[in-house]
Amino acid sequence: MEEILEILEKDCRASAEDIAKMTGKKTAAIKQAIKKLEKEGVILKYKAVINRELVRDVDSQVRALIEVNIAPQKDLGFDKIAERVYSFPEVSSCYLISGTYDLLLVVEGKDLQAVARFVAEKLAPLEHVKGTATHFLLKKYKEDGVILKHREENKRIAISY
Amino acid sequence: MKNIVSKKVENMQPSGIRAFFDLVLGMKDVISLGVGEPDFVTPWPIREAGIYSLEQGFTSYTSNKGLYKLRLGLNRFLKHKYGLEYCPDEEMLITVGVSEGVDLAMRAIINPGDKIIVPIPSYVSYGPVAELAGAKVAYVDTTQDDFKLTPKTLTKAIDKKVKAVILNYPANPTGVSYTKKELEELSKVMIRHDLLCLSDEVYDDLTYDFGHTPLATLKGMKNRVIYLNGFSKGFAMTGWRVGYVCAPPEIIAAMTKIHQYTIMCVSITSQMAASEALISGARSVQEMKREYNRRREFFIDGLNSIGLSCKKPQGAFYAFPGIKKFGLSSLEFSQRLLKDKKVAVVPGTAFGACGEGYLRMSYASSSDNLKEALLRMGGFLKGLK
Repeated sequence: MEEILEILEKDCRASAEDIAKMTGKKTAAIKQAIKKLEKEGVILKYKAVINRELVRDVDSQVRALIEVNIAPQKDLGFDKIAERVYSFPEVSSCYLISGTYDLLLVVEGKDLQAVARFVAEKLAPLEHVKGTATHFLLKKYKEDGVILKHREENKRIAISY
Repeated sequence: MKNIVSKKVENMQPSGIRAFFDLVLGMKDVISLGVGEPDFVTPWPIREAGIYSLEQGFTSYTSNKGLYKLRLGLNRFLKHKYGLEYCPDEEMLITVGVSEGVDLAMRAIINPGDKIIVPIPSYVSYGPVAELAGAKVAYVDTTQDDFKLTPKTLTKAIDKKVKAVILNYPANPTGVSYTKKELEELSKVMIRHDLLCLSDEVYDDLTYDFGHTPLATLKGMKNRVIYLNGFSKGFAMTGWRVGYVCAPPEIIAAMTKIHQYTIMCVSITSQMAASEALISGARSVQEMKREYNRRREFFIDGLNSIGLSCKKPQGAFYAFPGIKKFGLSSLEFSQRLLKDKKVAVVPGTAFGACGEGYLRMSYASSSDNLKEALLRMGGFLKGLK
């Protein structure tokens, strides 16, 4: 199982046939295992890692990390308010964190104003939200283990003993 | 001026495939399965240690034997990994890769007329380096024994002049390795005939089907084994050039004599980085090993399915398939494959005459490359029929 995940995490296009060959197992067994992982929610989605700096994507030109301070609700804790917050399409990630703030959001928008408007009009006025701090991202170096730069060229000499 | 070059060097067998190598290096867009080194970059914590040592101003010589910190680290590393105990003061020497270790070991033990047994196909340097040191080389053809030296072929090659055997496992170019039991059988022969053994175990971390057994851990062997290893393969540190030799004190003392005059010491930056590799490299080594293993399974399966029959190698990152049935020599096959399909492999003859009829293919390459190479080779083989 762990091995299948390691392979897919590196290359989610790896086919069941190839994974079967790599691991010395039967293709059917791999397919079944992947299905099970999907069903259990271990594998949630297959996606490409995109270097956004190289594409013009009007809807997510600007990203910000937003710290949100929240007054927890009785019996519900942070979950209910978190749900209200992460349901906005502008929110691409949402974490509950320890420390000075409670929620950490990654928010995307087409420009500074769009993000600012989201904070001022949608996020800050929410009941139980006590305060926010917005940090605009200036440059992305590494995301989810992937270093965002052009593929490195081969540095090895083509043939050696 | 006449006789500019020494007779000894002049008589060294030039590599017959140099021209082929030049051909590969001159071509563009080649998928190369001809590379004898990892395709991973040295793990970052190790690189960072090298950089930091420069920032700190560590730019001097080290002791001839190598940084004490590194030798002490190796002492602990080997004890922990294999239960092997070598004294960092007297039984260890840091060398410029295993290559220097092999050269020093030969020069330290050989007297004129001594013979060295080299099983072939083998890594390219063993024979020539032994000859340079003044030995006669007894090559043992292993092609009939799955590329392994056996007690029988070893015994047959032994006469009074034989001083040492060289073993390399997992092996370049064949990828075969020895089980503990096989090594025990071989060690009995070595003990019976009072031989030394140069054991080049630089691929030890890349053993897939069973645990690696260092020859020196076997009963009665530690005092006759020259254990050669390095950071190149397991830690993906080829360009740093750091190897080490562990052997009985008198052999290390002899090797250190030559080393101090010829090399002085290994680059301090590299030694600092190697030191860090022992501390934090294990996780990366395991990750890379798993990746190589998957490629091995994928690639060997692929070779067999396109008609290049190949037994599954137990270690390193090489496949050594036979091509006799296609009626081309190893060199012709490699040249045509390169010209027609732009796939580079190494003709088996690079590793000894008995490598004729075989090719070395390295699977230290991305899965995409391996997949494409298999496709191209499949097409090439269809064209041959």
